[in-house]
Amino acid sequence: MDVAIIGIGIHPFGRTPARSGLQQGAYAARLALKDAGVEWRDMEFAFGGSISAGNADALGNELGLTGIPFINVANGCATGGSSLMTAYNTIRSGAHDIGLVSGFDKHDRGAFNADPAAMGLEQWYGELGLMMTTQFFAMKIQRYMHDYGISENTLARVAEKAFINGSLNPNAWRRAPVPVEEIAGSMMVSNPLTKYMFCSPSEGGVALVLCRADKAKNYCAKPVYLKSAVLKSRRYGSFEVFAPSQALQQVDGPTVDASRAAFEMAGVGPGDIDVMQLQDTESGAEVMHMAENGFCEHGEQEQLIQSGATHIGGSMPINTDGGCLANGEPIGASGLRQVYENVLQLRGDAGEHQVPGNPRLGYTHVYGAPGISAVTILQR
Amino acid sequence: MTNRLPIAEGLFTWPAQQPALLASRCRACGIASFPVAQSCMACSGQDVEVEELPGRGTLWTWTIQQFMPKSPYNSGETPETFRPYGVGYLELPGGVRVEGRLTENDPAKLHVGMEMEVVFDTWRTEPNGDEIVSFFFKPVA
Ligand SMILES: [Zn+2]
Repeated sequence: MDVAIIGIGIHPFGRTPARSGLQQGAYAARLALKDAGVEWRDMEFAFGGSISAGNADALGNELGLTGIPFINVANGCATGGSSLMTAYNTIRSGAHDIGLVSGFDKHDRGAFNADPAAMGLEQWYGELGLMMTTQFFAMKIQRYMHDYGISENTLARVAEKAFINGSLNPNAWRRAPVPVEEIAGSMMVSNPLTKYMFCSPSEGGVALVLCRADKAKNYCAKPVYLKSAVLKSRRYGSFEVFAPSQALQQVDGPTVDASRAAFEMAGVGPGDIDVMQLQDTESGAEVMHMAENGFCEHGEQEQLIQSGATHIGGSMPINTDGGCLANGEPIGASGLRQVYENVLQLRGDAGEHQVPGNPRLGYTHVYGAPGISAVTILQR
Repeated sequence: MTNRLPIAEGLFTWPAQQPALLASRCRACGIASFPVAQSCMACSGQDVEVEELPGRGTLWTWTIQQFMPKSPYNSGETPETFRPYGVGYLELPGGVRVEGRLTENDPAKLHVGMEMEVVFDTWRTEPNGDEIVSFFFKPVA
């Protein structure tokens, strides 16, 4: 049984002081239900999560209490991806025909505050100032630049593109382009990454209505089919965040594993993908994730990015809605934002940020602590 | 007389003439891990022994932490006295790559592959005068 996405809804990302995270989630859910032409009471199940804005099943208080199984999902940056994968498997298994996936969040300003004990680490690791995701990303790209000849200018170009795409997306947080010189010259956060190369915690909500593929056309003129949804965690030897030590022999990380499995499940290859949303917690992550997801060889990013291939009109459009850099990261909603964007693109409804040429296949990828990755492949 | 206490028990030999970082090594697959663990992340084995890691290695990667982290960061610094610090993974031959603070925070003086040694120094001083000792990676002159 294939699975289709028949309704999508989003609450604009950024800062919305007037609405709680839960209310932003309800806003997105109502839009998704309306988009699919269904009612909340038609949903047979709901899965969802937030990290800082309460339990997702409290949405019942906003939308109505209908007795359905509502499962709260908490899986770090892959919370949205995990909800979606679970919904996908629920429908594929035949257990239910139609349901809703929700992700929303509302974080305080400033860097995320990780708790060593929650990650299975001891207190000294945090006391010494090693418990910072920003350091991990900086150290990973630092080594990568050394190994594969990626320049600092290329890191700035990634952020430049994100803010250009954000300026074209009415739901993005950062709506103004930033000159590449200003990005490169902004405050250094963790060498070689500057302030504008990092995403910030923010707020927002996304919801999707999914149903059995054979019933999709009853609801929606332009259903988008979920060809694969895969979640992987780290294996021993992959270079990961929050690791007091790393193996001498490195192996592929969860992104490579999830990507390979997703392509195999969908029966397509990286060259078939027309539009892709790749985790860009910071500029370097987007660079490395291009190769880890199979879209180029290690080191080819330098030429691809410098030549504009990753822009909306390029051969490999990446993060067409501005990505995490322009939208910020409400953790619970972030992975579903990527799926929302790809559905818009495949329907041809992305307006000013629409990829030309009627894209047919879309790809999403999230990565998060302590080494998890979720990938989806969508087809119209 | 000042008490000099390790930041955590079992992280390194202490007190010792020549302190060393401590790792666990799996008797089944031979993989080392820092800090000491009760089981092996590589093969799930539970038969591990504790060993001292080498005191010298090469810098695998690094960064500079430019802003003061929030709690649980506990250095005794205030936002006014905070100084950016280097962080890196030191590849200890035959052992493992260990993450730690660097004694150097000038990016111009750091590069992948440079030789460094593990040193032990006061990390912070408690209100009662106790000195808390930790490990650091220092460029070999
Ligand atoms: Zn083992």
